[in-house]
Amino acid sequence: MTTPIRRRTVHSGGLPLAVFEQGDPDAPTVLLVHGYPDTHAVWDDIAADLARDHHVVRYDVRGAGESGVPANRDGYRLEQLADDLFAVADAVSPERPVHVVAHDWGSIQSWEAVTAPGAERRIASYTTMSGPCLDHMGYWLRHRLRRPTPRHLGQLLHQGLHSWYITAFHLPFLAPAVWRLGLARAWPRVLRDLEHVSPRADHPKPSLRRDAVRGIELYRANFRPTMGSPRERSTEVPVQLITLTRDRYAGTYLSEGLERWVPELTRRTLHAGHWAALLEKGATVAGMVREFTARIETGSAGDPRTAEGDGRLVVVTGGGSGIGRATALAFAEDGARVVVCDLDLAAAERTAELASLIGPKAHAYRVDVSDGAAMDEFAQTVAAEHGVPDVMVNNAGIGHSGTFLQTTEKEWQRVLDVNLWGVIHGCRAFGTLMADRGQGGHIVNVSSAAAYLPAKALTAYATSKAAVFMLSDCLRAEFVGHGIGVSTICPGIVDTNITRTSTFSATTAAEQAAKQARAAKLYARRGFPPEKVAGAIVTAVRTGKPVVPVTPEAKVARLLSRLSPGLLRLAARLNVT
Amino acid sequence: MPPMANAMPTFSYTERDLARFRETQQLAYHCAEQVAAWIEPGVTERQATAELRRRLVAAGVQDFFHVPFAWFGDRTAFRHFRTPLQFFAGNRKLEEGMPYVLDCAPVVDGYTADIGYGGKVGENKVWDRLAADLKVYRELILAEVRARKPLNEVYAAVDAQIAAHGYDNRHQVYPGRVIGHQVTRTTVRGPAGVNVFGFGVRTLQTLGRELISERLHGRSPLWADGRSSRHAPTPGLWAVEPHIGFRGVGIKFEELLVVTEDDAYWLDDDLPHVRRWTATDESADTDRVDAQPTDDEPTDDEPTALEATR
Repeated sequence: MTTPIRRRTVHSGGLPLAVFEQGDPDAPTVLLVHGYPDTHAVWDDIAADLARDHHVVRYDVRGAGESGVPANRDGYRLEQLADDLFAVADAVSPERPVHVVAHDWGSIQSWEAVTAPGAERRIASYTTMSGPCLDHMGYWLRHRLRRPTPRHLGQLLHQGLHSWYITAFHLPFLAPAVWRLGLARAWPRVLRDLEHVSPRADHPKPSLRRDAVRGIELYRANFRPTMGSPRERSTEVPVQLITLTRDRYAGTYLSEGLERWVPELTRRTLHAGHWAALLEKGATVAGMVREFTARIETGSAGDPRTAEGDGRLVVVTGGGSGIGRATALAFAEDGARVVVCDLDLAAAERTAELASLIGPKAHAYRVDVSDGAAMDEFAQTVAAEHGVPDVMVNNAGIGHSGTFLQTTEKEWQRVLDVNLWGVIHGCRAFGTLMADRGQGGHIVNVSSAAAYLPAKALTAYATSKAAVFMLSDCLRAEFVGHGIGVSTICPGIVDTNITRTSTFSATTAAEQAAKQARAAKLYARRGFPPEKVAGAIVTAVRTGKPVVPVTPEAKVARLLSRLSPGLLRLAARLNVT
Repeated sequence: MPPMANAMPTFSYTERDLARFRETQQLAYHCAEQVAAWIEPGVTERQATAELRRRLVAAGVQDFFHVPFAWFGDRTAFRHFRTPLQFFAGNRKLEEGMPYVLDCAPVVDGYTADIGYGGKVGENKVWDRLAADLKVYRELILAEVRARKPLNEVYAAVDAQIAAHGYDNRHQVYPGRVIGHQVTRTTVRGPAGVNVFGFGVRTLQTLGRELISERLHGRSPLWADGRSSRHAPTPGLWAVEPHIGFRGVGIKFEELLVVTEDDAYWLDDDLPHVRRWTATDESADTDRVDAQPTDDEPTDDEPTALEATR
């Protein structure tokens, strides 16, 4: 597919910028900004795709491709680069604000424009990949240095290891020499072997060596001044952040806390590397951009409570009550479309109704998670009617109490069918959908503190939950290759109706009712609300945290299970029902 | 001590007494409606309670069972309440789309009313849903009390309904977690219009006396979920105040329930929230789940089928 490309020159800050337009000029304008060491050509696939229904504009950033070259380092400052962006936008779409899509350094400089005061008048939306705002990064660093938790230190170390080249770029002579003396020639092989980009004739451009050497000034002109004394830069512009899960240069956690600066943030995940996103998965990226611009153009972006929400789709099993319902509501409130299933259809419908009140329209289905065929069918229905989910929460579960010799085969079967097979079916049916789509995703399996806290009266239950725990650990290792995260949630004692529906081995109906009531009372007295577990699940999905014990007792038990498992083995002999 | 073994007191109010209680309750709801019509964005909780008090006093109210309360925004759901002092009206300003609750308890000639009025300014879909669902609780409580279930079991039934709806029990935030309390004709002679911690001095005298005498019989004039409410409904008048919340929106009604030796009924069905349900039922007599909650203009139609339950 080729659409004619119209070339024009726009002057900004005394430099000529080479601008390339295609598509219907009356359609919404998409402005694509490339990174380092690229030119506008890196967008070829995406531009051709978007040109079907957009006015697509690309330009060579100053110092690159066919654009002019600044005389000195100051010419590469972010303010200049942002002015260039506004100059191009004004030239190609003087009447209407434009949708900016940017990658790598293009993204860094577009942030400068997007966070400029009044930017929302000229920029309708911003889709960003692999390039954070340097000011936000400055605050990100400060926050982590001030609170050096193991997690924060790990992030700093990881990002430090992946940012070595930034330091190298600041050293005199070295980086230009490396580019000149062979890296430019080797670049196609770097892309092929390290970035998994299949070789193509038209990429990289012959100007690569020159562009790469000049572009080093981008780093030198901006990193130290901006990161050293970051400014408070927030924006009213709706932003779509596409996190590339296999990006070697920008860690996925760099965007943690971005909501502080961007109230209207939509998060998407793409399972691709830094350049493969543009050069291999152009159609997917174009699709994400198209969805986002369509949402803005129809005027529904500011309010996630529309049918489309923020684009995320979340499926929750056992969504009719307790943690499942709270999780569905938390995701809905966060702007995601939610599909809940439950054995109790009325309860699931009620959850969907409440979710629709505080978020996008939600849907309910009656599904027995222990029925593999039914789960497959459910997954197909969801895919056909709502799309492939981004998050799958395997929450449905039942409680059971009884020692090993008390527990009948039937009771074992029931507990394992729901608690273990339900999760297996959920992971299989929806994991397949996610892997086939290739845009990553997240699976949340609700296990229990009982997974690592043995108790003689909870044999069947604890066994099922420990199996879910291990299943999740193995699954995580496999799914990381598909960009699908897996989180195991271990709630602890939470005030839900699992106690009211729990079964007890070797009891009469009356005794069972009394035990249920007693357990319910204990859980109610503990008073830990399911909403807090839901909050932990939403956070786990956002941060990709692998194992999340939620209540303090679940955390203490997890610690004890690793420090002194012998103590817990002794405690397991206590009779707690 | 098996509380049920104690003889229940007999129902001691005459038709005339009930009529006076009904009048006081009407007066209270009337003033609340007037304030609701007067209220607008920018008004603070303190201004609202002052206006409510002014109107009640102008209508002939001599004393208050408790001082008037007003809660705006997420304070209607008692979010982030840590101390009882937070119940008192504050400087929260009403904004477009906010829910609010007015609560007042005027006393006229010793006849006490205690009412709760929920409203909203502008559009609020969550409030509409809650307001429509509140009807379920009024019917449930009456049915359970008429079946003479122990009061703590009625409380548990309300809790179960709240869980099924997916809401929060907000009356558990009240002191003593009460969903209701007995109301009697105050006959004591303490200074009128003086209050301690928000409750009238006469209230405290009466309530204190009741607490002690009822306690001796294994009953409580306070209706909660604990052991002290493990008794059949005591004949007399109960101010019942189910308070439900969802996210940042809370709503309640509070009105008098008449409990006789063998029956129970709401003292009055001609109240704003009942009229609202009647209007909604008539305008959209379709599937309850699908029905969009419509506007809540009160109509002067005759009360609902509940009237027949008297």
